Amino acid sequence: MVCSWGGYTFIINLIPMHVLLCIVTGRYSSRLYVAYAPLVVLGTLLAALVPVVGFNAVLTSEHFASFLVFIILHVVALVYYIKGLLTPRLFKVAMTFVLTVGLALCLAVVAILAALVASSPTKGWSGRSLSLLDPTYASKYIPIIASVSEHQPPTWPSYFMAINVLAFLVPAGIISCFLPLSDASSFLVLYLVTSVYFSGVMVRLMLVLAPAVCILSGIALSEAFNVLTRSMKFQRPISDDTLPTAGDSTPGSSSTATITTSTKNANIKKEKMGTISKERSSKKSRKETELVGSSPVRPEKEEKLCVLPSEASAMGILFLIMLCGLYVIHCVWAAAEAYSAPSIVLTSRSHDGLHVYDDFRESYAWLRHNTEVDDKVASWWDYGYQTTAMANRTVIVDNNTWNNTHIATVGTAMSSPEKGAWEIFNSLDVKYVLVVFGGLIGYPSDDINKFLWMVRIGGGEFPHIKEQDYLRDGNYRVDAQGTPTMLNCLMYKLCYYRFAETDGKGFDRARRYEIGRKHFKLTHFEEVFTTQHWMVRIYKLKPQKNRVRGKLKLKLKSSSKTSLMRKGAGKKNPWQ
Amino acid sequence: MATPLRLAALLLVLVAAFASAARADLVVSRADRKVDLTSHIVRVLTSLKVENAGSEPVSKVLLAFPNIQAKNLAAIRAFGTEGKVKGLSSVLPIEVVEPSGVPPELTFFSASLHKPLQKGKILHLDVLTVFTHFLQPFPEEITQADSQLVVFQDSSHYLSPYPVKVQTLSIRLPGGRVESYTKYGNTKLVDSELKYGPYEDVPPFSYNPIIVHFENNNPFAVAKELIREIEISHWGNVQITEHYNIVHGGARLKGEFSRLDYQSRPYARGVSSFRHLIARLPARAHSIYYRDEIGNISTSHLWSDSKKTQLEIEPRFPLFGGWQTTFTIGYGLPLQDFVFSADGKRFLNITFGSPMEEILIEKLIVKVVLPEGSKDIDVSAPFPTNQWQEVKYSHLDIAGRPVLVLEKPDVIPEHNLHFQVYYKFNNISLLIEPMMLITGFFLLFVACIAYMHTDMSISKNSPSYLAKLQWDEVQATVQQIQGIFHQCLAVHDKLETSLHDLSRTGDAKSCKAARKAADAQFKELAKELKPLLLSVQSSPQSYQIWPKLDDLVAKERELQDKLMARHATVVDSVEKKQRGQDIENRISSQQQKIAALRQEVESLLEYLSEI
Repeated sequence: MVCSWGGYTFIINLIPMHVLLCIVTGRYSSRLYVAYAPLVVLGTLLAALVPVVGFNAVLTSEHFASFLVFIILHVVALVYYIKGLLTPRLFKVAMTFVLTVGLALCLAVVAILAALVASSPTKGWSGRSLSLLDPTYASKYIPIIASVSEHQPPTWPSYFMAINVLAFLVPAGIISCFLPLSDASSFLVLYLVTSVYFSGVMVRLMLVLAPAVCILSGIALSEAFNVLTRSMKFQRPISDDTLPTAGDSTPGSSSTATITTSTKNANIKKEKMGTISKERSSKKSRKETELVGSSPVRPEKEEKLCVLPSEASAMGILFLIMLCGLYVIHCVWAAAEAYSAPSIVLTSRSHDGLHVYDDFRESYAWLRHNTEVDDKVASWWDYGYQTTAMANRTVIVDNNTWNNTHIATVGTAMSSPEKGAWEIFNSLDVKYVLVVFGGLIGYPSDDINKFLWMVRIGGGEFPHIKEQDYLRDGNYRVDAQGTPTMLNCLMYKLCYYRFAETDGKGFDRARRYEIGRKHFKLTHFEEVFTTQHWMVRIYKLKPQKNRVRGKLKLKLKSSSKTSLMRKGAGKKNPWQ
Repeated sequence: MATPLRLAALLLVLVAAFASAARADLVVSRADRKVDLTSHIVRVLTSLKVENAGSEPVSKVLLAFPNIQAKNLAAIRAFGTEGKVKGLSSVLPIEVVEPSGVPPELTFFSASLHKPLQKGKILHLDVLTVFTHFLQPFPEEITQADSQLVVFQDSSHYLSPYPVKVQTLSIRLPGGRVESYTKYGNTKLVDSELKYGPYEDVPPFSYNPIIVHFENNNPFAVAKELIREIEISHWGNVQITEHYNIVHGGARLKGEFSRLDYQSRPYARGVSSFRHLIARLPARAHSIYYRDEIGNISTSHLWSDSKKTQLEIEPRFPLFGGWQTTFTIGYGLPLQDFVFSADGKRFLNITFGSPMEEILIEKLIVKVVLPEGSKDIDVSAPFPTNQWQEVKYSHLDIAGRPVLVLEKPDVIPEHNLHFQVYYKFNNISLLIEPMMLITGFFLLFVACIAYMHTDMSISKNSPSYLAKLQWDEVQATVQQIQGIFHQCLAVHDKLETSLHDLSRTGDAKSCKAARKAADAQFKELAKELKPLLLSVQSSPQSYQIWPKLDDLVAKERELQDKLMARHATVVDSVEKKQRGQDIENRISSQQQKIAALRQEVESLLEYLSEI
């Protein structure tokens, strides 16, 4: 888990929470100790082996909850152990002693931790966790986290899209978890509550919610089926046996045991709460008389209380089966359309059939085959992994967002004017710049729409980039109303280079207006490739001009020298 | 461009020296050369009329090429017919020869005649030569808007070791602009055909250089490397996979590539590029795919009829000069169309080259993967190739599949001939892999069964092991006990039915008999029950169930007694001819108790069965 995803912090906080809950509600058992104590020790050791985590496994605040609960658990275990050894009176004395010592220990640890935590600026929490605890944190301080679309809070439709019918079954599942609240079901409830909160903060934590929802609605379904089928099962003897009792009342026929129970059931159904409570009280009294055999009898009695009419239960079963069937259909549809559709190959259906936009792979294939192996490509970080994998070229920034500064550098370059951008890219040894542009076919998630995040992230590290310079009255736009800084920046130029010549006006289909600056030339970049639908445009940095006015003489001298030397070397070669 | 001139000068010097050395008995009375420059593969068809002017019969005709041409020569073929009328021509074998006293700038081929040419006889000789990399782009770098210009260099005179009486040269150009061409006396450019000659009485080894500079925008598709894998499966399929590495071999693109220009004026801007490649696949090709290392390429079209399957593929991006791309196409062919058997051997008969049209393959590697267990592998190809054998391991292979590899440089469409691979293969070998799987699974299940039936615990006297054994024992006994109780309950039911019968028929005697029988049965069952209960009680594992069991026994005993008592009262009262209502009253209290007891017994039994 630690190897695969940073979301493991959720689990290592959830389990201590559950343990704490168990202790507080007096459900401590040796099983709990055996399950939890090795988990903390071994889990922390193993997590520390993962290079990305390393000493973070003991240093960051995300992991403290588990250690704290670990200590508490030991104190409680000691208390229980002493309880077993001593007489009640002695135990009270001992317990006060242990508790005071334990509390003191806890307090001391907490105090040390608090001191440590307070000394760090983020209170020991990583940015991601903080943005979970405080949903507004990321947008305030870490734009790179807030910029990702899957870090946005989800909308209601996305919940329904993701879990569909299960949304209605979950409350029922919670109720059935509470009916007999066991250790396991309390964990489930805890799991669900926390994951609902987290998925509400970030849409991608829907992943965490999914298993909880599945388990709970599974419980709900199985309970519902249990009730319905049982009522079907116990219905049958009534319908079979009420007839003979009504028909002939011979002395022997009414003496079977089943009939008494069934008539009792019928009575219970007909009469109301009063009889039910009476029945319950009688049951209780009987339970007291029965010494051991009461436990298997009790649930059956209770079950018999909730018998439904057979028609209703049959309808209910049918309804549930239908619901499940619909859900299966929805799942298959969602898996096929929403989750399997690759975002790298876009399709659109029009009246003349399916149209495929395979521009991303077109450009990556071009980069792969027609550039040098060690050329470096700069693009916004969203396309980093794709470029690495599909184009087999080194990228400056990729989807690994641990290093914020690099991304900010690229963001700054994209939001700088051409010359400044060229200098930044040249210092990074970049050969090609790749931008994604959806203006020709109306693809909305292109670089122009992501550009404000580039400005924000770049501005976070390099204060000379100010978001206000790119906004006109708080609105982000690239039409004639756009600010000159915006219309001069590299991103705008690379995206709209010669775009106005396509239709003469430069109408941007993704943003539905005409662009602000239509005819301009690039001085430091040259277009080397544009895909069929203009979705990806690749530019090459022009080589630096090697002649500067005033230094002409000096340059000439040195260049002639080098050329002479080169000639000599060239001549030497054949004889070697 | 300086080389041919220098060569010509050298040649002129050497001509006199060599003229005598050449076997001057042959005279070429007419030579017509047709050069086809429409694509990037240059085809020259030379029709010669050779006359034996000497006295000796001649069995070999020499053909000469300058070295710079010879190194680009991809194929040479000669067809000869003897006699005045052109009749059936036969292919003549051709080999490289090095006659003595010839200048080193020339390469000689000799075509051996089937029968020597007698004195005074005439031989019609057609020589087809195909050259690659012959057209040099000039300029070497062009922009997107330029069209591609290439240079062709040759001699207006037919280079021959024999004197040539009459000769002509015609060059077919692809049309379009002709930048320049060498003009001699009788040179004509009509439409897109350039004609030199006729020239008469040209001495041997005369070389008269010409240069044609013209526009050629036909696709210069060059496959740097093509690996063609032909895999034979005797289950009924021949799978062909072709890995292409294609480059545009023409003038390199310099400067920007503008999609705008390419899209708005495709014929003016980007004329030198190519988008499509057409492959002609065999008629019954199926499961065709077209992909590269990053997935399926969606731009392709397929037409098929009974004669052929035509596949038009479009690389991911248009190829400009110097741009390259890689892709893979694959298809399956029915086995019976390509693999035949003859005198105990099977052979594969399939074309050698690529199915693409007008493509030059700089390095072709054909791998024929034969099924596992093939022996005596032998190949017959119509031209020399490098050959070696490899082994390929696929799923479930033990010895691996023998792979025959053929390698040939500079392959052109003219090499698309059939070649044969002979091998021996036994059909039984087909079943090896399924049998292996079957045996494997069989052994797995046997192992599972064996594992389930053996006791694998390490220490036979550890407490947990012993406890488990005891627990198993207890469970077995509890099951037996359950069985007995179920029998008891069945007896109870019997008693009930006998009461039913009594109420209907009033036959007290049979009812009594039933009671007696039941009593006997109860006793028997109790006897059976005793040792079982004892064994459960003695076992240390039974502390959980023992109270339940005890309870059950007591309850059952009580139930028995109650039932018997009720039975007795009912029978008695029937004998005393009491009214039904009275009987009902008398037993009603018992009735309720019995019902409650019965239920408890049943629930206890259920609880036991859940353990």
